[in-house]
This record gives sequence, structure tokens and C-alpha cells, in this order.
Amino acid sequence: MMARTATGTSTVRVTRSRRSALWGLIGAAVVVILLATLPYVVFADVTDLLVNAFILLVLASMWNLLAGYCGLISVGQQAYIGVGAYTVLVLAQNGINPFIGIPVAVLVAAVIAVPVSFLVFRLRAEYFAIGTWVVAEVFFLVLIRFRSLGGGTGTGLPGLALIDPTFRQALTYWSALAVAAAALLGTYLLLSSRMGLDLTAIRDNEVAARSVGVRVTWAQRIVYIVSAGGCGAGGALLIISQLNVLASAIFSVSWSAKMIFIALIGGVGSIEGPIVGTAVYTVIQQTLAQFGAWYLILLGAVAVVVAMFLPRGIWGVITDRLHLQVFPVGYWLHR
Amino acid sequence: MNWVNAIIQGILLGGLYALFACGLSLLFGVVRVVNLAHGDFAVLAAYLALAVITTTHVPALLTFIVVAPFFALVGYALQRIIIQKSLEVSPLTTLLVTFGLSVVIQNLLLVTFSADSHSFDVGSLVSASLRVTPELSIGAVSLMIFLTAVVVLVGLQLFLSRTAMGRAIRATADDQEASSISGVNTRHVFGIAAAIAFATVALAGLALGTYSSFDPSGGPARLIFAFEAVIIGGVGSLWGTLVGGIILGIAQAVGAQVDPSGGVLAGHLVFLAVLALRPQGLIRARLAG
Amino acid sequence: MLEVLQLTVRHGYLQALTDVSLTVSAGETVAIMGANGAGKSTLLRSIVGLHRPTAGSISLEGRPITTLPTHARVREGIALVPEGRRLFPSLSVEENVLVGRTAGRPGPWTTDRVYQLFPWMGERRHEPTVHLSGGEQQAVAIGRALMTNPRVLLLDELSLGLAPVMVQRIYGVLPQLVKDGMAVLLVEQDVRQALRVANRFQCLLEGRTTLEGTPAEATTAKIEAAYFGLAGRAAPGSPA
Repeated sequence: MMARTATGTSTVRVTRSRRSALWGLIGAAVVVILLATLPYVVFADVTDLLVNAFILLVLASMWNLLAGYCGLISVGQQAYIGVGAYTVLVLAQNGINPFIGIPVAVLVAAVIAVPVSFLVFRLRAEYFAIGTWVVAEVFFLVLIRFRSLGGGTGTGLPGLALIDPTFRQALTYWSALAVAAAALLGTYLLLSSRMGLDLTAIRDNEVAARSVGVRVTWAQRIVYIVSAGGCGAGGALLIISQLNVLASAIFSVSWSAKMIFIALIGGVGSIEGPIVGTAVYTVIQQTLAQFGAWYLILLGAVAVVVAMFLPRGIWGVITDRLHLQVFPVGYWLHR
Repeated sequence: MNWVNAIIQGILLGGLYALFACGLSLLFGVVRVVNLAHGDFAVLAAYLALAVITTTHVPALLTFIVVAPFFALVGYALQRIIIQKSLEVSPLTTLLVTFGLSVVIQNLLLVTFSADSHSFDVGSLVSASLRVTPELSIGAVSLMIFLTAVVVLVGLQLFLSRTAMGRAIRATADDQEASSISGVNTRHVFGIAAAIAFATVALAGLALGTYSSFDPSGGPARLIFAFEAVIIGGVGSLWGTLVGGIILGIAQAVGAQVDPSGGVLAGHLVFLAVLALRPQGLIRARLAG
Repeated sequence: MLEVLQLTVRHGYLQALTDVSLTVSAGETVAIMGANGAGKSTLLRSIVGLHRPTAGSISLEGRPITTLPTHARVREGIALVPEGRRLFPSLSVEENVLVGRTAGRPGPWTTDRVYQLFPWMGERRHEPTVHLSGGEQQAVAIGRALMTNPRVLLLDELSLGLAPVMVQRIYGVLPQLVKDGMAVLLVEQDVRQALRVANRFQCLLEGRTTLEGTPAEATTAKIEAAYFGLAGRAAPGSPA
């Protein structure tokens, strides 16, 4: 491709990805396969820890899609976590295997997100955050009115009692791994597609994107729906791994707090960021959770500092220094 | 008669909500920042007042003399040091930073004071009421808070329209660049706006403690009610926050009449209805936003 | 009075100004001319502090102001009447003008003096500015800038969107301002208008100075070449 510049002409080659990125993808596939063998190799407490990590990874990736690529900061994705969990509950109460409920939860969350998006998109970006929070509160308040779903005191998840516990834990682990891998792969495919180009443009400069014809609201709505679906999967995995659900916990804004913390630390606006962030968060949680409220104070303070001084997170620093991208979604210019 | 009582209660509750909402609206109108820790700062003010009361035995109603100016200083410092820096990173960074502050404040309060809820002892005022008709009486505390809200709003209105600083604030809210080339120190103006907003937050927190009770985790609910009042009343309008607050209060009170646990939900539903049908709110903006 | 030395300003990836220098003395009127995007507005905005230069310096009466924030420069005596007027929509005419008093610079300008300069304004001073015509809004914007008691007045595209009669009337007030020693630096797309009021002029093209001189020295050919940059470029369809 020849490009004409004011100082003359020069030849530039434009490619989708560098060869190092291909190795990155192969490496990721290998990692997934290795992770899949873990239930045969380690005890259940390790896989349980990883289940929680995978769930957080999915949630953080979904939040990151909204914030990093659409500039929409949501503090209310827990609405769809709850929707996902309660979908699985309702299905299980009607005799359907909870594991089969996972994709259904994704669908239900996504469908519910459609009319909600029309409501919350009426709010300008700064108020959008609280608007999503209100929606989550409404979902919570409506749901606790249903005695059959446990009301405000929670209820257990039926349908898994007859499965051997070790096998159930392994199955939960594989489901979580599959959902996490699917979420990352789906995000990668979305961002490498034409839509992804639109989203990156929106991320960089919404006004400019609109002026060249990018259908900004349409793209944002798609991302909002995808993000809701992903959070629905997270909720489904939560109720399966916990075997019960408590409305005040599943609809709690602390889920948003975790998503935000992970995405911020790892790096908003990249696929790798949430992976790094989840790893860091899991380590912090394991070592410091015993200190109760102090650990949350630390988390909040770190979030403030990172947001102000390290806006692209840890992965952002790595990318800038090493020009490394495991999941390349941009274009490379070679001279 | 219960319905009329409920509506009256709702109207007066609107005063409390207006006190919460005007700070949020002012900060957003001028600085373009939504403070997600807004409610938590109000709760913090209440706890600060509690500390003042327990150490100095000053009557609860007078604590605002100390707490409000202190909070004004806190607001000014927070704006110039943290929020200003966040604004320079990206406009939405302030959401993340204030969210982080919200988590920090809630848990600091939890660690310092425990999860118990408190309220202010105002002696006989708690049960005092004005008998309007044989069946209808208005709580003295609610009335006091409503009047405080009106006084604050009138004061703010006068300040903005009659003083040079008020003029500078309105100009900066309209067009920050044009304001600075006219010689206005916009960062200082932002600080003043934040100081005023935080002073009202302090008053709101004190009102909350007088009207009902507060605990470390009560911030987010207040934020949501403040936000709903702003949106219902119309972004950018000071008096709109009172109208919005009143409508929200009535919705909650009437909802509670229908179903004791349904008050808050009724408020949310009215908010969502306004959002769906008339998103610019019910009062057209006077402060351009 | 005002000295700009080798100013270089970038907007993101775009170099808006490269090595631009100019001086304006007390009582002088200097016109900056050029096509859209030449960097004229960027120059004025940089002088008042809305853009930070990557290189170069700006001094007022020998005192460097390159690192001062905008409101501090206004306090030193630089005022900008921005492109598009930029009045405050929620303030009345008089309130708009009064905002100029915020910096508190001492000097002769008061609201009364502004109303003397623009006689129609006094009666309408409590009206919201959206009721005014383009020319009237331009007058209010000038009044607002004058209230800061500037030593250097920057005027950005006064004629934009105004009828020729209005433009004449607006520029007609300039002599009164400069006779007290004010330095005026104005940006104008209308070359004829600019040359009519200026003591000296400077042409910008793609952020660089291409021609300087006095109106007496300006020929149509020279101006066209400097304005459009046609001299030295042979290929048709090249970027202008």
C-alpha cells in the first residue's frame, strides 16, 4: 500500500498481526488445555479457587468491554449477574440441569438488557453509572418479592444433589474454564471484527468516530447486551459453584467494585488487562481477606491511585514498554 | 386520611432529598463531575457530628456550625487535589476515583464506628408535631428539614445570581474556556463550587441523622435518591431538585402506604418512568448543562 | 509590548504552528491572515494560554508569560475576543460584560464606558444574550474583553457571520481603543478588511509565516501566493 505524504511518497505495509501474536494465541490454547487437566491433578480447593478466579475474569472482561471500548462506566452489571443466577435457579426448580442453564442464563440476561439499554442510554455518560446502579437495585427489589425464589433470605439450588461431589466440582470447574475461554475468545473475535474497529474508534474519540459514520449508539448497545450476557454467565456459574443464592449478595454493588478494581489494575481497554488484574486481585484476596474491612480500604485506595496515575493499568505499562500484545486487535504499520 | 398524611410526609421528605440532591447537581453543573461517594460523604458528616457531640456535648442541632464549614474545606481540597487531577486523566476517571473513595469511606467508618446505626438525639423535637387539622399533623423535624432545604436553595439562588463569585460560577458552568479568557480562575471556581456542594452534603447528612438513622453502609442509598431527585426534577435546575425530591418523596410515601416494603421500589419505578417518558426532567434547565 | 518568539504548537499529532514569531507594539494593530486551518486561531489561543507550546516563548513587556495559566495572563493584560463570540448563555448582557472584572486588573474600563462605546447596549443590558443579533453579540464579547483592562487585545475573526455593515461598525471602534496605547492583534479571513485597519500584517500557511509587511507593500499577487501557497508548487491536485 502506497501512502502519499506531504514530504513525498513512502511505502508502508499494513498487516493484521505480527507473528509473535500468532504464538500468543497458540500459547493461550495450550494454557487452556493444561488448565483443563487440573481436576485430575490437584485437590478441589485449588479448582474452587480457580472457579472464582474464572468468574471474576469473565465479569471483569465484560466490564472492560463497556468501559474500555465504549467509554461507558457501569456500576450496575450486578443486575445481570443476578438475572443469570436466578435463571438457573428457576430452570433447576423446574427440573432442568443447572449446567444446561448456563447458556440459557446468557440468553435471558442479553434479552433483558435490550429494553434496559433504551432506558439507561438516555442518560449522559456521567449519570449512566448511577442509572445502571438503580436498575440493579430495581431488579433486586422486584426479585425479593418472590417467595418461590427464596425472597430476601435466599434459597438452595436443587438438581445437583445426586451428582458425586468430586465430579460436580470438576464439572463446575470445566464449565467455568469454558465460559472464561469463550468470553475471552468472543471478546477477541468481536474486537477483531468490523465492529471492533468501530469500537476502537469510539474508544479513542467518540465525536470523531461519529463524524466518519460509525454508528456509535448501535455499537454501544451491542456491547451492552454482550456484556450483560457475559455477566449472566458469571451469575449462573456463581449459583452453581455456591449451590445457593442470596439476593442481597448476588445483586450487591460489591461485584461492580471487584470488576472495576480488576479492570483498573490490569488495564482498561485491552483483552489481556483483565487477566492480569484477576491474577493480582486473587493474590491480594487470598492473602489479605482475613483483615476484613482494612483489605477493602486498601482495595479502594489502590483503585483511586491507579485510576489517577496509572490509567492503563499494569498491562498498559507492559504493552508500552515491550510492545507486546497477546491478543492483537489492532493493525501494525511496518516501514 | 392516611393517604393525605402520606402525601404530606412525602412532600416534606422531598426537602431532605433536595438537600442531598442540590450538592450533586451543583458539582455536576459546574465541574461536570458525578461524585459516586456523595452519599458516603453525607454519612461521614453525620458521624463527624456524632464525634463532636460525644466529645463536646454540643446540642445536635448546632453541630452544623462546625461540620458544614469543615466539609466546605474538605470539598475545596478534594476538588483541587484529587478531582482536578482525575479530570485531566479522562472525564470518566472521576467516576472511578469517587467510587474508590466510596469504598474507602464506608469501610473506614465501619472500622472506626462499627456497623451499628445511630441517630441524633434532639430531645422532645422528635415527637413534636404541628396539628393542622384534628386528623392531620406534621412532624416538627420533617418541617424543619424542609424549611432548611428551602432556605439553602434560596441562599444558593441568591448567591449565584447576585454575587461576583456566583456570576463567575455560572459563567464557568456555561463555558469553561470563555470563562478563563475573561480572567476567571476556573480551578478556584471549581473548588468553590465543590466547597458549597460539600457544605450542603454536610447539612444533608445532619438532616438524615435527625430525621432517621445512619450507618456506615447507608451512603449508596442516599446517592441513588439524590440522583433520582436530580433526574426527575431536571438536570441543571436548582429548584428542579426540590421538585424532584418532592415527587420522589411522595412516590415513596404513597408506595409505602400500598405496601410497607414497597416504598423505595415505588420511587425507583417513578424515576424509571420519568427517564422513559421525559428524560429532561420536569423543569427546564436554568443553569445551562 | 507583546513578543512571540519561534512558537511551535501541536494538537495531538498535528503540528499547528511551526516557528512563528511576531511583535506588536503599543498603539499598533497587526493583522494575521490566512486560509482556514492555517493556524491563526491557534496562534491567538496560544498567546492567551489555551494551548501549551512545545517550543518557543511569549513575553509581555519583556516579562515571559509562556508558563502562566490563562487567567494569570489576563491579569497581566492580555484579552481575547474568541472566534464565535462565546458569550455565556445563562447570563444577561451586563453580567457577561461584568465577568471581565473578575481578574481585577486596574484601568479605565467600566460598564459605563463600554455602554458609551456601544450606545445601544445600555438599554438592553438585562436581556439574555440569545436575543441579540450576531453583531450585537460581537459587541458584548468585545465589551467583556475590554473590562479586563487589557494592554494587548486579541481579536479572532470578528467578521465571521456578520453582515458587512456590521463588520464596518465593529471595526470602527478600533481607533478609539488604540489611541490609548492598546496593542491589537487581530485574525481576519477577509483580507481587504484586515489591510484596511492594520499597521502591519503577517500571513500564515500550514502553521508557518509566509509573508510579512505593511499594507502599502501588499500586492494581490504576493498575498495570494502567501495565503494559498501556490508559489513553488507545480502539481495540480496537491494539498493546498
